Amino acid sequence: MRILAAYLIGLIFGVGISIGGMANPAKVLNFFDVAGTWDPSLIFVMGGALITTFIGYKLVFGRSAPIMEDSFQVPANRTIDLKLVGGSAVFGIGWGIAGFCPGGALPALGTGRWEVIVFVLALLAGIFLAKFIQSMGARSAA
Amino acid sequence: MMETAFTPWASLAGGVMIGAAATLLMLFMGRVMGATGILAGLVVPASRNEFTWRAAVVAGMVSGPVLVMFLTGQMPAVQVPVSTPMLVIGAFIVGLGVTYGAGCTSGHGVCGMARLSPRSIIATITFMACTLVTVYIVRHVLGVS
Repeated sequence: MRILAAYLIGLIFGVGISIGGMANPAKVLNFFDVAGTWDPSLIFVMGGALITTFIGYKLVFGRSAPIMEDSFQVPANRTIDLKLVGGSAVFGIGWGIAGFCPGGALPALGTGRWEVIVFVLALLAGIFLAKFIQSMGARSAA
Repeated sequence: MMETAFTPWASLAGGVMIGAAATLLMLFMGRVMGATGILAGLVVPASRNEFTWRAAVVAGMVSGPVLVMFLTGQMPAVQVPVSTPMLVIGAFIVGLGVTYGAGCTSGHGVCGMARLSPRSIIATITFMACTLVTVYIVRHVLGVS
Protein backbone atom coordinates (compact mmCIF):
# COMPACT_ATOMS: atom_id res chain seq x y z
CA MET A 1 0.00 0.00 0.00
CA ARG A 2 2.83 2.38 0.92
CA ILE A 3 4.58 1.67 -2.35
CA LEU A 4 1.40 2.15 -4.38
CA ALA A 5 0.62 5.44 -2.61
CA ALA A 6 4.18 6.68 -3.15
CA TYR A 7 4.06 5.67 -6.83
CA LEU A 8 0.74 7.47 -7.45
CA ILE A 9 1.96 10.61 -5.65
CA GLY A 10 5.11 10.57 -7.81
CA LEU A 11 2.90 10.14 -10.87
CA ILE A 12 0.76 13.21 -10.03
CA PHE A 13 3.98 15.18 -9.51
CA GLY A 14 5.41 13.90 -12.81
CA VAL A 15 2.28 14.82 -14.78
CA GLY A 16 2.24 18.26 -13.12
CA ILE A 17 5.88 18.90 -14.01
CA SER A 18 5.24 17.70 -17.58
CA ILE A 19 2.17 19.82 -18.37
CA GLY A 20 3.53 22.78 -16.38
CA GLY A 21 6.64 22.98 -18.57
CA MET A 22 9.24 22.36 -15.84
CA ALA A 23 10.58 19.35 -17.73
CA ASN A 24 11.50 21.61 -20.65
CA PRO A 25 14.85 23.45 -20.16
CA ALA A 26 14.06 25.89 -23.00
CA LYS A 27 10.96 27.03 -21.12
CA VAL A 28 12.74 27.16 -17.76
CA LEU A 29 15.65 29.21 -19.12
CA ASN A 30 13.25 31.55 -20.94
CA PHE A 31 11.50 32.23 -17.64
CA PHE A 32 14.77 33.64 -16.32
CA ASP A 33 15.69 35.41 -19.58
CA VAL A 34 13.80 38.61 -18.84
CA ALA A 35 16.11 40.55 -21.18
CA GLY A 36 15.61 38.12 -24.09
CA THR A 37 13.05 35.48 -25.07
CA TRP A 38 11.06 35.84 -21.83
CA ASP A 39 8.29 33.31 -21.11
CA PRO A 40 6.57 34.05 -17.77
CA SER A 41 4.71 30.68 -17.68
CA LEU A 42 6.70 29.28 -14.78
CA ILE A 43 5.42 31.91 -12.39
CA PHE A 44 2.07 30.11 -12.79
CA VAL A 45 3.67 26.75 -11.98
CA MET A 46 5.37 28.14 -8.87
CA GLY A 47 2.29 30.14 -7.83
CA GLY A 48 -0.12 27.25 -8.37
CA ALA A 49 2.13 24.80 -6.54
CA LEU A 50 2.82 27.18 -3.66
CA ILE A 51 -0.81 28.18 -3.02
CA THR A 52 -2.04 24.57 -3.29
CA THR A 53 0.65 23.29 -0.92
CA PHE A 54 0.09 26.18 1.52
CA ILE A 55 -3.63 25.33 1.80
CA GLY A 56 -2.98 21.56 1.67
CA TYR A 57 -0.41 21.66 4.47
CA LYS A 58 -2.74 23.77 6.64
CA LEU A 59 -5.37 21.02 6.33
CA VAL A 60 -2.90 18.12 6.77
CA PHE A 61 -1.21 19.63 9.84
CA GLY A 62 -4.65 19.73 11.49
CA ARG A 63 -4.14 15.96 11.95
CA SER A 64 -2.00 14.54 14.71
CA ALA A 65 -0.15 12.16 12.38
CA PRO A 66 0.07 11.14 8.71
CA ILE A 67 -2.05 8.20 7.51
CA MET A 68 0.77 5.70 6.92
CA GLU A 69 3.42 6.85 9.43
CA ASP A 70 3.60 7.59 13.16
CA SER A 71 4.63 11.22 12.82
CA PHE A 72 5.32 14.09 10.44
CA GLN A 73 8.99 14.45 9.53
CA VAL A 74 9.37 18.11 8.73
CA PRO A 75 12.88 19.63 8.51
CA ALA A 76 13.73 20.98 11.97
CA ASN A 77 16.95 22.81 11.06
CA ARG A 78 16.45 26.56 11.62
CA THR A 79 20.00 27.81 11.03
CA ILE A 80 20.63 30.20 8.18
CA ASP A 81 24.32 29.75 7.45
CA LEU A 82 26.87 29.90 4.65
CA LYS A 83 26.14 26.27 3.73
CA LEU A 84 22.49 27.10 3.01
CA VAL A 85 23.11 30.36 1.17
CA GLY A 86 26.29 29.22 -0.62
CA GLY A 87 24.74 25.89 -1.62
CA SER A 88 21.61 27.61 -2.92
CA ALA A 89 23.72 30.13 -4.86
CA VAL A 90 25.73 27.29 -6.44
CA PHE A 91 22.49 25.49 -7.31
CA GLY A 92 21.19 28.65 -9.00
CA ILE A 93 24.35 28.94 -11.12
CA GLY A 94 24.08 25.30 -12.22
CA TRP A 95 20.36 25.66 -12.96
CA GLY A 96 21.08 28.75 -15.07
CA ILE A 97 23.74 26.88 -17.06
CA ALA A 98 21.88 23.60 -17.66
CA GLY A 99 18.18 24.57 -17.48
CA PHE A 100 17.06 21.48 -15.55
CA CYS A 101 16.43 21.39 -11.80
CA PRO A 102 16.26 17.97 -10.06
CA GLY A 103 12.44 18.03 -9.77
CA GLY A 104 12.14 18.83 -13.45
CA ALA A 105 14.73 16.33 -14.65
CA LEU A 106 13.42 13.24 -12.82
CA PRO A 107 10.01 13.24 -14.55
CA ALA A 108 11.71 14.25 -17.83
CA LEU A 109 13.57 10.90 -17.69
CA GLY A 110 10.27 9.35 -18.76
CA THR A 111 10.58 10.96 -22.19
CA GLY A 112 13.61 8.72 -22.78
CA ARG A 113 15.67 11.62 -24.14
CA TRP A 114 19.44 11.08 -23.87
CA GLU A 115 20.04 14.66 -22.73
CA VAL A 116 17.99 14.00 -19.59
CA ILE A 117 19.88 10.80 -18.83
CA VAL A 118 23.19 12.68 -19.21
CA PHE A 119 21.92 15.45 -16.90
CA VAL A 120 20.71 13.03 -14.20
CA LEU A 121 23.98 11.02 -14.25
CA ALA A 122 26.07 14.20 -13.84
CA LEU A 123 23.61 15.41 -11.16
CA LEU A 124 24.05 12.15 -9.22
CA ALA A 125 27.84 12.51 -9.55
CA GLY A 126 27.62 15.99 -8.00
CA ILE A 127 25.36 14.80 -5.16
CA PHE A 128 27.62 11.82 -4.53
CA LEU A 129 30.78 13.96 -4.43
CA ALA A 130 29.17 16.49 -2.05
CA LYS A 131 27.93 13.67 0.22
CA PHE A 132 31.41 12.12 0.16
CA ILE A 133 33.11 15.41 1.11
CA GLN A 134 30.52 15.95 3.86
CA SER A 135 31.13 12.47 5.30
CA MET A 136 34.91 13.05 5.20
CA GLY A 137 34.43 16.33 7.06
CA ALA A 138 32.18 14.65 9.62
CA ARG A 139 34.78 11.90 10.14
CA SER A 140 37.71 14.30 10.63
CA ALA A 141 35.63 16.40 13.04
CA ALA A 142 34.69 13.32 15.10
CA MET B 1 18.06 30.75 -27.90
CA MET B 2 14.66 29.28 -28.48
CA GLU B 3 11.25 30.94 -28.21
CA THR B 4 8.67 29.11 -26.11
CA ALA B 5 4.92 29.77 -26.03
CA PHE B 6 3.34 31.44 -22.99
CA THR B 7 1.13 28.75 -21.41
CA PRO B 8 -0.49 30.23 -18.27
CA TRP B 9 -3.34 27.71 -17.95
CA ALA B 10 -1.33 24.54 -18.55
CA SER B 11 1.36 25.85 -16.23
CA LEU B 12 -1.16 26.75 -13.52
CA ALA B 13 -2.75 23.27 -13.81
CA GLY B 14 0.71 21.70 -13.61
CA GLY B 15 1.52 23.78 -10.54
CA VAL B 16 -1.71 22.76 -8.80
CA MET B 17 -0.87 19.10 -9.48
CA ILE B 18 2.63 19.56 -8.03
CA GLY B 19 1.03 21.13 -4.95
CA ALA B 20 -1.50 18.30 -4.72
CA ALA B 21 1.33 15.74 -4.83
CA ALA B 22 3.23 17.61 -2.10
CA THR B 23 0.08 17.72 0.06
CA LEU B 24 -0.65 14.01 -0.46
CA LEU B 25 2.92 12.98 0.38
CA MET B 26 2.64 14.88 3.67
CA LEU B 27 -0.84 13.44 4.33
CA PHE B 28 0.13 9.81 3.70
CA MET B 29 3.85 9.61 4.55
CA GLY B 30 4.48 12.77 6.56
CA ARG B 31 7.33 13.74 4.24
CA VAL B 32 8.38 16.81 2.31
CA MET B 33 8.19 16.46 -1.48
CA GLY B 34 11.74 17.53 -2.32
CA ALA B 35 13.51 16.08 -5.35
CA THR B 36 16.88 16.67 -3.66
CA GLY B 37 15.95 14.81 -0.47
CA ILE B 38 14.37 11.97 -2.45
CA LEU B 39 17.46 11.61 -4.68
CA ALA B 40 19.91 11.91 -1.78
CA GLY B 41 17.95 9.20 0.05
CA LEU B 42 18.43 6.94 -2.96
CA VAL B 43 22.17 7.66 -3.32
CA VAL B 44 22.88 7.18 0.40
CA PRO B 45 19.88 5.30 1.84
CA ALA B 46 19.43 5.38 5.63
CA SER B 47 17.49 2.09 5.64
CA ARG B 48 15.68 -0.24 3.28
CA ASN B 49 12.33 1.33 4.18
CA GLU B 50 13.70 4.81 3.43
CA PHE B 51 14.93 3.58 0.05
CA THR B 52 11.71 1.85 -1.03
CA TRP B 53 9.21 4.72 -0.83
CA ARG B 54 11.66 7.09 -2.52
CA ALA B 55 12.24 4.62 -5.37
CA ALA B 56 8.45 4.32 -5.77
CA VAL B 57 8.03 8.12 -5.92
CA VAL B 58 10.77 8.38 -8.57
CA ALA B 59 9.17 5.54 -10.57
CA GLY B 60 5.89 7.50 -10.46
CA MET B 61 7.62 10.72 -11.56
CA VAL B 62 9.25 8.96 -14.52
CA SER B 63 5.85 7.54 -15.51
CA GLY B 64 4.40 11.09 -15.64
CA PRO B 65 5.38 11.96 -19.23
CA VAL B 66 4.33 8.48 -20.38
CA LEU B 67 0.84 9.03 -18.93
CA VAL B 68 0.67 12.46 -20.59
CA MET B 69 1.64 10.81 -23.88
CA PHE B 70 -1.04 8.17 -23.36
CA LEU B 71 -3.75 10.77 -22.61
CA THR B 72 -2.85 13.45 -25.18
CA GLY B 73 -0.97 11.45 -27.82
CA GLN B 74 2.03 13.74 -27.41
CA MET B 75 5.18 13.38 -25.34
CA PRO B 76 5.84 16.53 -23.26
CA ALA B 77 8.37 18.82 -24.98
CA VAL B 78 11.98 18.62 -23.84
CA GLN B 79 13.98 21.25 -25.74
CA VAL B 80 17.59 21.57 -24.65
CA PRO B 81 18.97 24.92 -25.83
CA VAL B 82 22.45 24.36 -24.35
CA SER B 83 25.49 22.34 -25.44
CA THR B 84 26.28 18.94 -23.91
CA PRO B 85 29.31 20.23 -21.94
CA MET B 86 27.09 22.94 -20.41
CA LEU B 87 24.45 20.34 -19.58
CA VAL B 88 27.02 18.12 -17.82
CA ILE B 89 28.83 20.94 -15.98
CA GLY B 90 25.53 22.56 -14.97
CA ALA B 91 24.15 19.24 -13.70
CA PHE B 92 27.26 18.56 -11.64
CA ILE B 93 27.13 22.06 -10.12
CA VAL B 94 23.41 21.58 -9.36
CA GLY B 95 24.27 18.31 -7.55
CA LEU B 96 26.86 20.04 -5.36
CA GLY B 97 24.63 23.05 -4.66
CA VAL B 98 21.43 21.22 -3.73
CA THR B 99 23.33 18.89 -1.38
CA TYR B 100 24.95 21.76 0.55
CA GLY B 101 21.82 23.93 0.30
CA ALA B 102 19.72 20.91 1.41
CA GLY B 103 17.01 21.46 -1.17
CA CYS B 104 15.97 22.72 -4.58
CA THR B 105 12.93 24.17 -6.32
CA SER B 106 10.53 21.53 -4.98
CA GLY B 107 11.85 21.15 -1.43
CA HIS B 108 12.67 24.78 -0.61
CA GLY B 109 10.73 26.59 -3.35
CA VAL B 110 7.40 24.81 -2.88
CA CYS B 111 7.26 22.78 0.36
CA GLY B 112 9.51 24.98 2.51
CA MET B 113 7.98 28.24 1.28
CA ALA B 114 4.48 26.80 1.90
CA ARG B 115 5.50 26.18 5.54
CA LEU B 116 6.85 29.77 5.62
CA SER B 117 10.24 28.34 6.65
CA PRO B 118 12.77 31.22 6.89
CA ARG B 119 15.54 28.86 5.67
CA SER B 120 13.56 27.96 2.56
CA ILE B 121 12.57 31.56 1.83
CA ILE B 122 16.25 32.63 1.98
CA ALA B 123 17.31 29.61 -0.11
CA THR B 124 14.64 30.24 -2.77
CA ILE B 125 15.42 33.96 -3.11
CA THR B 126 19.14 33.09 -3.36
CA PHE B 127 18.86 30.43 -6.07
CA MET B 128 16.24 32.30 -8.11
CA ALA B 129 18.45 35.42 -8.10
CA CYS B 130 21.57 33.42 -9.01
CA THR B 131 19.77 31.61 -11.82
CA LEU B 132 18.53 34.93 -13.20
CA VAL B 133 22.02 36.46 -13.13
CA THR B 134 23.61 33.29 -14.60
CA VAL B 135 21.15 33.17 -17.52
CA TYR B 136 21.79 36.87 -18.19
CA ILE B 137 25.58 36.39 -18.17
CA VAL B 138 25.48 33.20 -20.26
CA ARG B 139 23.11 34.58 -22.90
CA HIS B 140 23.76 38.30 -23.03
CA VAL B 141 27.34 38.82 -21.80
CA LEU B 142 29.14 35.66 -22.93
CA GLY B 143 26.66 34.90 -25.69
CA VAL B 144 27.15 31.13 -25.45
CA SER B 145 24.54 28.41 -25.53
